[in-house]
Amino acid sequence: MSQFAINLLFVGGSFALYIGIAIWSRAGSTKDFYVAGGGVHPITNGMATAADWMSAASFISMAGLLASGGYANSSFLMGWTGGYVILAMLLAPYLRKFGKFTVPDFIGDRFYSSTARLVAVVCLVVASVTYVIGQMTGAGVAFSRFLEVSNTWGIWIAATIVFLYAVFGGMKGITYTQVAQYVVLIIAYTIPAVFIAMQLTGNPIPMFGMFSTHSESGVPLLAKLSEVLVELGFRDYTADVDNKLNMVLFTLSLMIGTAGLPHVIIRFFTVPKVADARWSAGWALVFIALLYLTAPAVASMARLNLLTTVYPEAAGQVENYEEAMAEPILYENRPEWFRTWEDTGLITFNDLNNDGRIQLYNDANPAFADTAAERGWAGNELVVNNDILVLANPEIANLPGWVIGLVAAGGIAAALSTAAGLLLAISSAISHDLIKKTINPNITEKGEMLAARISMAGAILLATYLGLNPPGFAAQTVALAFGIAAASLFPALMMGIFSKRINSKGAVAGMLAGLISTLLYIFTYLGWLFIPGTNMLPNTPDNWIAGISPLSFGAIGAMINFAVAFAVSSVTEEPPQEIQDLVESVRYPKGAGGAVDH
Amino acid sequence: MADDKSNAAAYWKSNVRTITGCLIVWALVSYGFAILLRPLLSGIPIGGTDLGFWFAQQGSILTFIGLIFFYAWKMNKLDEKYGLGE
Repeated sequence: MSQFAINLLFVGGSFALYIGIAIWSRAGSTKDFYVAGGGVHPITNGMATAADWMSAASFISMAGLLASGGYANSSFLMGWTGGYVILAMLLAPYLRKFGKFTVPDFIGDRFYSSTARLVAVVCLVVASVTYVIGQMTGAGVAFSRFLEVSNTWGIWIAATIVFLYAVFGGMKGITYTQVAQYVVLIIAYTIPAVFIAMQLTGNPIPMFGMFSTHSESGVPLLAKLSEVLVELGFRDYTADVDNKLNMVLFTLSLMIGTAGLPHVIIRFFTVPKVADARWSAGWALVFIALLYLTAPAVASMARLNLLTTVYPEAAGQVENYEEAMAEPILYENRPEWFRTWEDTGLITFNDLNNDGRIQLYNDANPAFADTAAERGWAGNELVVNNDILVLANPEIANLPGWVIGLVAAGGIAAALSTAAGLLLAISSAISHDLIKKTINPNITEKGEMLAARISMAGAILLATYLGLNPPGFAAQTVALAFGIAAASLFPALMMGIFSKRINSKGAVAGMLAGLISTLLYIFTYLGWLFIPGTNMLPNTPDNWIAGISPLSFGAIGAMINFAVAFAVSSVTEEPPQEIQDLVESVRYPKGAGGAVDH
Repeated sequence: MADDKSNAAAYWKSNVRTITGCLIVWALVSYGFAILLRPLLSGIPIGGTDLGFWFAQQGSILTFIGLIFFYAWKMNKLDEKYGLGE
C-alpha cells in the first residue's frame, strides 16, 4: 500500500470515529450545545480539556520552535502548563460556583453592566479568532502533506472540515469526541518519540532519553547536539539567553493567557461540583504533561537527526569536525522524505555554490562567515519550515508507514479539537451574550442556535483568510492570542473574584486599556490586522521597546489593565451591595447548583 | 450570622494563604530556577547540561502538577473544616 493510501486510511478512520461519536451524542438543547449538560467526570473532563487545549500549536508547531530555539524557547513549555496552576487556584472553582455558561456572562453580571459584557465579547472574539488563525496554519501544513496538495489548498480543506465538525457537534458532542481525539493525539505523538529515543539513546522513555547518552557518539545527547550546532555557526542548544526580561514576560503572558482563554475556562463549567473544578485542572495538566514532557525530547532528537542526515559524518565520535562537515550529502542522494516535503514547498533547496551538496548552516552569524568562506560555502542552502518537524519526524527516523499515517491523524485531531472549541466559544459569545442578552432578549432557542452557527461560519472564514498569510509559525500566532487574552480577560476575571472594590467603570476601562495597548504594540510590528506590509516598524529586537517582543507584551498589557482598573475604581463609587454579596458567595463552594439555565 | 461571617472570612483567609504559598513555589521553579536563577544552578550538571535547563524543559511542569493536586487536596480539607463544602 502506498504511503498516501495509508495516510488516507488513518486520517479517514479517525474521522469516522469522531463523527460517529459526535452523532451519537448530538446536542439537543442550547444548554447541551454550550456546556455538555454539566455532568462530566473530572478525569473525562481533564482529558477533553487537554485535547481542547493541545492544538496544532502544541502538536505540530511547538517542538519545531523548541528545536530551532533550544533553551530560549522553553517559555512555550512553562507558559502553556504553568497557566493551569493559576487557573486552578485563581479562577476555575469560583467561576464554577458562579454557574453561568460563558466568560462574558460572568463579567457582565459581576460588573453589573452590559457595556462590560460587550467589551468582554469583543476581547473574547479578538483573542479566539487570532488563535484560530494559528490552528488553520498548522492544519494547513498537516493536510498539505498528507493529501499531497499545496499549503493553500491544505488550509481551505482544513477550514471546511473544522466548520462541518464544529457546527454539528456543539459542546456535548465535543466532550466525548475530544476524549477520543486525546487518545489518538497522544498515541500519535508518543510512538515516534519512543522509537527515536530508542534509536538515538537506547532509552525508550523520551523524557529520560533526552538527558542520557547518545549511543552513536558516546557523549550526552544534548552535548552532542550543541557541539554540532556550534560547528555550523548556530547557537549552543542549551545556551542561556541575554534578554531575561523578555523571557520572563513571554512566559508570564502565556501563563495568564492560558487562564484567560474562554475555550479553556468554559470547560470548568461542565463539572458537577466546585471541588471537581479543582481536580479537573489537575487532571488536565497531567494529560497535557504527557505531551509536554515528550515535546522537548522530540525537539532535540529531531534537530540532531536533521543535522546528521545532512552531515552523516558528524553523527559518530568526531575528532575533527572540519573534516566531518566537509562532505554533506549530495542533493541527488537526498532521502525520500525530503522529496515529499519539497512538494509541499515547506522544504526548499538552492545550490548556491553549485557543488551539488546540501550546505545547512547559520549564514546570519557574522562570527561564522570566515569559517564558511574557508569551507567554500556560499550561504545556507536548505530552508526547513519549523512547522513540519513533528510531522516529518517519523520519516526522518525511517519509521514504518503506519506511524506516519498515525502522526498525520494526530496532528489533524489536535487542530480540529481546538478549533472546534474556540469556534464554540466565539459563537456562544455572539449568539448568547451579544444577541440574546443585549440585542434581542426574545430570540427563540432555534434562532439562537442559528445565530451561533452563522457566527461560527463567519469566524472560520476570517481566520482562514488571515491564515493564508499568517503573522508567524502556528505556535507564534497562537502565542499572540494568549497575549491578547492575558491583557484583556484574565485581569477582569481575577479582580472580579478577589476584589469587591472594582466597579463596572474600572473593569471596562481596564479591559479596554489592556486590549488596545496590546493590539497597538502587536500591530505596530506585525502589521494592522496582521496584513503583511502594513507594520509601522520592522519586527526585530532593535526596534522593540526595552527589548520586549510583541509576543511578550500581553504581560505588560495585563499590568496596564490591573493598574487602570484599580485607579478608575478608586476614584468612582463602590459597587452596589448585592454585587459585593455576589462576590462573597462565589468564594465559598457551599450552595453551588448545576450551571444555571438561561 | 456573625459567626457565619467570621467563619467564612477565616476560610477565605486560609484559602488566600494556601494560594500565596503555592504561587511562591510556582514562581520559584519557573521564573526562578529556570530563568533568572539559572546561572546560580549552572554548577549542577544533568545529562549534558545544567539543572536550570532541566527545570525550564521538564522540572517546572512536574512541579506544577504537584502544586495543583496539593491545592485540590488542601481545599477539600478546608471545605470540610469550615463546613463550606457542597
